[in-house]
Amino acid sequence: MIVAEQKRLEEISSLISDAAKVLIVGCKECVTVCLAGGEREVEILASTLNLKGKADGNPIEIVTHTLQRQCEPEYVKELERVLDREEGIDVILSLGCGVGVQFIAEHYPDYWVVPGLNTTFAGGTLEEGKWAERCGLCGECVLHRTGGICPIIRCSKSILNGPCGGSQDGKCEVDDGVDCAWQLIYDRLKGLGRLELLTVLEPPKDWSKARHGGPRAVVREDVRL
Amino acid sequence: MNALVDKGADGAMKSGSNLERVLRSGHFAVTAEVGPPQSASSKGVIKHTKHMKDYCDAVNLTDNQTAVVRLSSIAAAVHVINSGAEPVIQMTCRDRNRIAMQSDLLGAYSLGARNILCLSGDHQSFGNHPTAKNVHDIDSIQLVKMIKDMRDEKRFVCGDDIKANEPRFFIGAAANPFADPFEFRVVRLAKKVNAGADFIQTQAVYDLERFEEWMKAVREAGLHEKTHILAGVIPPKSAGALRYMKKVPGMMIPDHLIERMKKAEDPKEEGVKLCVEIIEALKGIEGVSGVHIMAIMWEDIVPEVVERAGLYPRPEVAAGEQTA
Repeated sequence: MIVAEQKRLEEISSLISDAAKVLIVGCKECVTVCLAGGEREVEILASTLNLKGKADGNPIEIVTHTLQRQCEPEYVKELERVLDREEGIDVILSLGCGVGVQFIAEHYPDYWVVPGLNTTFAGGTLEEGKWAERCGLCGECVLHRTGGICPIIRCSKSILNGPCGGSQDGKCEVDDGVDCAWQLIYDRLKGLGRLELLTVLEPPKDWSKARHGGPRAVVREDVRL
Repeated sequence: MNALVDKGADGAMKSGSNLERVLRSGHFAVTAEVGPPQSASSKGVIKHTKHMKDYCDAVNLTDNQTAVVRLSSIAAAVHVINSGAEPVIQMTCRDRNRIAMQSDLLGAYSLGARNILCLSGDHQSFGNHPTAKNVHDIDSIQLVKMIKDMRDEKRFVCGDDIKANEPRFFIGAAANPFADPFEFRVVRLAKKVNAGADFIQTQAVYDLERFEEWMKAVREAGLHEKTHILAGVIPPKSAGALRYMKKVPGMMIPDHLIERMKKAEDPKEEGVKLCVEIIEALKGIEGVSGVHIMAIMWEDIVPEVVERAGLYPRPEVAAGEQTA
């Protein structure tokens, strides 16, 4: 899933400082799971901004709505009803990931749309309240050659023939709280009796399939209408 | 005038380069481009430099242009210096991060380079390494500011002081009057000038009408008084060359010029004639301080173009001779 974190309250306040009426939009997918932008977080943020507005002598009217998915037009269109019903909305504050913010902005060209979250990474839940990055979205998966551990995103240098000389006691030189991905890869392949995979020289990667080739799109002719 | 955008007519020399002296003395400047080879040979760069050095004020060395691997612009600049001309090192943001760029700036200055042109760089998908990563750690405008701060504030982009021997470059940037959105192009140029661009080299001019429209907006914004604008020109070798350029994003080639080249009995002669006509027109546009001749793969033609455009001999401006 996409993991995101809410921006600090001061920053969110500054993004809506000129607004008298704000629509906060949540999303029931990834950001609900990572507790950043679901229905619950939307309501908590609404009350907090309300209280802050009153305390600052700058009261604001807040409307809330949480979509099933901000990254799909059919759900984003739902906001039309809200915007028709609620006159005078100055700012739409999205608690979706960066995709959600952009889908709302694309659909509502007359509205000022701002992000309430920092979209952080593609990852998963390690334990309650702890999420970690797992996928670099490079467009050409190498996990079958690295024992199911991604060197692109879990190695600080994205090294394909690691580990580098900074690996010590299983930790990365950048931060001893971070596992060395190549130690993990080595240990796992050793356990599986597949260490010979690591004797193969990995050639330079085709980064054109990652963001370096420009913005990406997937088109599936077989499922298009 | 803001010190940040001081064009330099009344201030101290920034780099002391020949190009800076020529521009500050009010002469119509000429720069020309040399593309380094896809090999480790210095021969071509040296040959082209010796051939054109008396016909231009500085020689641009492209930085892996069109994202094709070539001899480095900094190494090529050393061959230019050793051949008796002054280099303009082109530096793109595509291949190096801020650490490598600052390191190369120190190195280039230590080798005698004094002019630099800051560019984004063509995307690697156009070159011969389309699977490469691109860097773009900083962009071309940030690069201009970084080099200016190294010179004027004596500090690296991280904020650390350069304790001694800071690199003092004459800083160039590019501008494309033919790209979209047209109205924003002058705003972006102002951003480059405010960031510290001492001179500008433009995309090649074929559409004079559009260029004049752009220069009018440049003058209205007063930018021609804050930076030196060198208009780019490319002598076309054939109608095919023009047709090819027309397909390049951000190039504008009027159809009548392609027709004219197609009808010409001697296309090369017609190409030189066309280029000279464009230079003559550019000389008459207020705010244009010089021309930048990009005769890539046809470097030998530069002296003829310069001579026929009435720009030969080149001025000799000694240090301290420039007038306010």
